[in-house]
Amino acid sequence: MANGENVPGPILAADGRPLRQSLARALRLQKLRALMLIAPLLIFILVTFAAPIADMLFRSVENAIVPDTLPLTVAALEDWDDASGQPPGEKVFAALRRDLLAAVAAKAHTKLGSRLNYEQTGVASLLRKTGRRVKRMEEDGDLAAQFAEVHKSWADPETWATIKRFSSAYTSGYFLNAVDAKLGATGIEARPENERIYIFLFERTLLLSVVITVACLLIGYPVAFLLATLPMRTSNMLMILVLLPFWTSLLVRTSAWKVLLQQQGVINDTLVFIGLVADDGRLAMINNQTGTIIAMTHILLPFMILPLYSVMRTIPPSYMRAAKSLGATDWTAFWRVYFPQSVPGIGAGAILVFILSIGYYITPELVGGTSGTFISNRIAYHISSSLNWGLAAALGVILLVVVLVLYWLYDRIIGIDNVKLG
Amino acid sequence: MRLRTFLAAGAVASMAMAGAAQAEDMTIVSWGGAYSASQMNAYHKPYMEMNPGVNIINDESAAEAVAKLRAMAEAGNTTWDVVDVVASDAIRLCDEGLAMEVDVDSVLAAAPDGTPASKDFGDFLVTPCFIPQIVYSTTFGYRTDMVGDTPPKDVCAVFDLENYPGKRSLEKRPINNMEWALMCDGVAMEDIYDQLATEEGQARAFAKLDTIKDQVVWWSAGADTPQLLADGEVVIGSTYNGRLFKLIEEDKQPVAMLWDGQVFDLDGWIVPANLSDERKKRALHYLNFATDTQRLADQAKYISYGPARASSAPLVGKHATLGIDMAPHMPNEPKNMSNTLLYNYEFWADYRDDIDAKFQTWLAK
Repeated sequence: MANGENVPGPILAADGRPLRQSLARALRLQKLRALMLIAPLLIFILVTFAAPIADMLFRSVENAIVPDTLPLTVAALEDWDDASGQPPGEKVFAALRRDLLAAVAAKAHTKLGSRLNYEQTGVASLLRKTGRRVKRMEEDGDLAAQFAEVHKSWADPETWATIKRFSSAYTSGYFLNAVDAKLGATGIEARPENERIYIFLFERTLLLSVVITVACLLIGYPVAFLLATLPMRTSNMLMILVLLPFWTSLLVRTSAWKVLLQQQGVINDTLVFIGLVADDGRLAMINNQTGTIIAMTHILLPFMILPLYSVMRTIPPSYMRAAKSLGATDWTAFWRVYFPQSVPGIGAGAILVFILSIGYYITPELVGGTSGTFISNRIAYHISSSLNWGLAAALGVILLVVVLVLYWLYDRIIGIDNVKLG
Repeated sequence: MRLRTFLAAGAVASMAMAGAAQAEDMTIVSWGGAYSASQMNAYHKPYMEMNPGVNIINDESAAEAVAKLRAMAEAGNTTWDVVDVVASDAIRLCDEGLAMEVDVDSVLAAAPDGTPASKDFGDFLVTPCFIPQIVYSTTFGYRTDMVGDTPPKDVCAVFDLENYPGKRSLEKRPINNMEWALMCDGVAMEDIYDQLATEEGQARAFAKLDTIKDQVVWWSAGADTPQLLADGEVVIGSTYNGRLFKLIEEDKQPVAMLWDGQVFDLDGWIVPANLSDERKKRALHYLNFATDTQRLADQAKYISYGPARASSAPLVGKHATLGIDMAPHMPNEPKNMSNTLLYNYEFWADYRDDIDAKFQTWLAK
């Protein structure tokens, strides 16, 4: 640098090139080499993790099946006014007949029926039935009447309005359904009271997750404190007690809670035996929210204790001693000196537990009954049972966005730098 | 150099082994537990003895079969050859184009008296993709020691909290529960589905279920109710009749069967769509054997589900280990059939999503 002050112009390296350029080149090579080293992992993550998630999320708006299966009908319906209260004209029925003939040959009509049945009950059997009969229809005859004869729904303008509303290649239908709304005749409208469930479940999931996180913190903090302050030999022994359940199968632990908590279970039997509870007044501690909270707190507890422990180990015990020697009581020394230093561990543990519990589904399914199930249970239902993957994807996107927003809020309020795993 | 030769030889050998194994393995998906065991004894073992070239692998993921088949089809790699599913799932797989349509009479064996398979199975052929295997029913079992001197005689005991107090277990889905609710609210058997298709009918069923809502334990796995009954957690609960048979006859629990109001359902085979010709041929060859009259009757030796062929019923014998007559424990035994319902596939295919949304909302509130 001292040289640079005297000589104007760029500094040259040994090979005569400008130093800046040569340095950049060396750095670039280094970066490239580093990138190549992590390339296997990067590609692995992109192919097996990022791409499938992106593909799944894309399903929440994808609706190509309608325009692909009924291309002529969709085009013909453009001229039809769905507010007219009349079924469309003969031209549309002729297009529908041709579309359905092709769809039946490709066996796509029943698939379309499953898709539209999510929006209007009854379309599944309507298309299955029509698919069986469409070959026998006469092209020149009154097609509207022939279709109406197969099923009266073809004369109902509501059926046509549904097809028209969901005729584009992308749809907001799944997302609307996921927030208890639907695309009605006059635009977006709320679902009837007796079908509103998802927002309620999102709220419950968040609320129960907060409760579980707080419970984990209240139980985990003293345990971690004890582990961090005891001599190494003893604390290692006790650590095994924390880790042992961690290594036990999730299902085993959940089932164990069933045995303990049920009405004819160990805890209730004991309470009845010592006379705290009457035999006909046994406590309901499982198949409800209590069951979910207890079992999940137990299962997620190590995720709180471990980061807390590793942060607490780094707090020098001399600080507490110094505070006390300066006249602080035990509580003041803990609260003013020790606790602030353990906050990064609390942050890490709380984020871990909260995010894990928000997406949990096995435990709530097994011990949650009806009042302790989470939104993830509905997502699992739509993936594996109802096959409404679009709705499952929409619910998943919302859950993901909620978590990201909470994470962002956390960063704004507490600061993500203030989180330590050890 | 030697290491490379060794590795190459190893790779070739393992590929050869994998190739040989693939040529013989046939993956059959079923429900696991006693049910898979009964299929193993009645179908798989004799078939493998007759066809030593085929090795049957039993996969137990039938509960997720629909979703997994869809995922496999999208990935373009279907690894299953024959799948055991309930009829409603078979209908959905057929609708989605994930199951192959089977021409029953050309693929399956005729009855011993020459009746073609399509006649022998009759109405049980609910979709062109489905080959019925058994008739099972969802029905109630109750604790004999918890009902006093007046054991329940009909299904409405479930809604009778006065005479049969205590918890009851019902499946966590609208199907069957809505029907029972209407049945016990005085709706005639033949009007149930007309009622359920209307908002008022649905509200009526929910209102009836409301009367017992806080006394219900909702189950989602077939093993739940037997366990709840064995623990004395519930007085009465619905489950599959085969599970109750095991609980009563094999485990000797103080539980009795309530056949009244049982809902019939079918379970059977589908072949995934888009299998290679060779695998398809093998799968159909297996099905021809596994669904003939004698084989279906044989399965009833191991589990109390009724054979789906009319011609199998007279051949049903005694239980393989307990030695008791199986016929009285079959859901389709005439004396058990005084008041029954057949799962309405068409109705539920249409209304499943709609009523399920309402049911879940009702449950959560």
